[in-house]
Amino acid sequence: MRPSKLSLTASYGVLILISAMFVIPFVWLIRSSLMNLSQIFTMPPEWIPKPFQWSNFHKALTVLPFDVFFKNTLIIVVTVLVGTVITSSIGAFGFSRIQWKGRDTVFAILMTSMMLPAAVTIIPSFLGWQLMGLYDTLYPLIVPAYFGGGIFNIFLLRQFYLTIPRDFDEAAFVDGANYWQIYTRLIFPLSRSAIIVVALFSFLASWNDFMGPLIYLKSDSLFTLALGLQMFQGTYTAQWDLLMAASATVVLPCVIVFLAGQRYFLEGITLTGLKG
Amino acid sequence: MRKGMFYGLLFTAPAILGFAIFTLGPMIASLVLSLTNYNVFKEQTSFAGLDNFVRLFSGEDELFYKSLGITFYFVLLRVPAVILISFGIALLLNLNVKGRAIFRTIIYLPSIVPAVASAMIWMWLLNPDLGLINSLLSRLHLPTSDWLYGEGSVIPSVVLTTLWGIGSTVIIFLAGLSGIPRQYYEAIEVDGGGWFRKLSHVTVPMVTPTIFFNTIMTIIGSFQVFNEAYILTQGGPNNRSLFYVFYLWRTGFRDAEMGYASALAWILFIIILFFTFIVFRTSKSWVYYEGGDRA
Repeated sequence: MRPSKLSLTASYGVLILISAMFVIPFVWLIRSSLMNLSQIFTMPPEWIPKPFQWSNFHKALTVLPFDVFFKNTLIIVVTVLVGTVITSSIGAFGFSRIQWKGRDTVFAILMTSMMLPAAVTIIPSFLGWQLMGLYDTLYPLIVPAYFGGGIFNIFLLRQFYLTIPRDFDEAAFVDGANYWQIYTRLIFPLSRSAIIVVALFSFLASWNDFMGPLIYLKSDSLFTLALGLQMFQGTYTAQWDLLMAASATVVLPCVIVFLAGQRYFLEGITLTGLKG
Repeated sequence: MRKGMFYGLLFTAPAILGFAIFTLGPMIASLVLSLTNYNVFKEQTSFAGLDNFVRLFSGEDELFYKSLGITFYFVLLRVPAVILISFGIALLLNLNVKGRAIFRTIIYLPSIVPAVASAMIWMWLLNPDLGLINSLLSRLHLPTSDWLYGEGSVIPSVVLTTLWGIGSTVIIFLAGLSGIPRQYYEAIEVDGGGWFRKLSHVTVPMVTPTIFFNTIMTIIGSFQVFNEAYILTQGGPNNRSLFYVFYLWRTGFRDAEMGYASALAWILFIIILFFTFIVFRTSKSWVYYEGGDRA
């Protein structure tokens, strides 16, 4: 659409207003995390911390063992990411670059699991892990990533693999390559950007996961950041300065990863939405 | 190609096994559990037939109907809000504005914030006595609210907090909008049609497949809201935000009534299937696909 000058100005105005509404919660978080309690409660609210109370971060992160929570989160995020990338990409390869009987039917059946609410499987899954003696360990949060890495990711990569010309594989076959070599040397390297999309989504999903750790973890020493923050809230309800400092610490890595991989995120969302 | 079957199954084996172990198996187990009175604390577990379902629907369990009603109210409030607002923002971003990439980033950013952290921020913003929002409202001489602490205002407040995360819906709309050929708009310009005519005759019909996709995803997601219920309100005040999945979690994991909770889960599944089916069925009359209907 080619808008008129007036409507364009109005659009800018509305966009700036909306952007402000999306940004203010972040600003409120940061300013509160750097104030002392008396300034935080001043009415009307002040925006600039005076003085900058950097010690909030130190206090917030030491009253609870956030270093342990961070380590646990990192273990989960990294191992889940590796499992997700490997098994979803080989799965997508098998569902797109190899011809076999019943392939598309099997894929369609797997796709139905995207419709299933997590609530239906959560209780039997919990009982299953408990039966195996793995309740209150990190395994229930990690192992599923090594079994397909989520049908959504397979779907996303499959869409991408289908766009790579068939002639590539044919030529490689003539040269004596097998499926494994075609996957590792041709398709995987060619789909770098789609793989990054899957890796980024996987990072965010496990960094942000709340229900999983809530159900499977009992010991504080295994808690993730999300769970630790929730526990912090329960313990220090009125300490808004410390709560905001702890929240900012959990948010920051996410924001950094997002800003670094922005292009891929937007591409990935678009890809999934369009083909859905 | 030779040995296609063998290699095909080899490459897809993790995914197929994963489906069997983490989806199909638990589904069957959940169905069986829903027909028992399995309770972690009780010694005896016996087959209960449809007792759980009878107990649910007979009205004996008031909280079941209550949580169902609350969840429907939430879905009814949230789905149109998400679709209309994100479509509106996408329309604005689709104009030839400078700095589009920056606006897009700002609007998408909140949707990556972990639910727990986002809940903390909103609890603080919406705090009735000390929060920014009430302070602003009172300075503008507008009525303030108890937000998450008010029986009437708690659900709209939760909807409000989730609207902060509509970025990905906006991006999907934006992708749909960018696929509309320019010639259609030019044709309307030739006819002397204005902004509204373009919107109603080209933009909306052309973007119906995206509206369809976003509506289904938002419905499915809204029925399953849990994090907000757990962190923001714990079902309160006075059970006024007892979301269905939160009630299910409480029944299964706090009260340890896993048989009964499984029955609750299956009812949710059927409700979601039903609504998805309805949207699919009606979509034939309003979703427009270029070159024939694919729906």
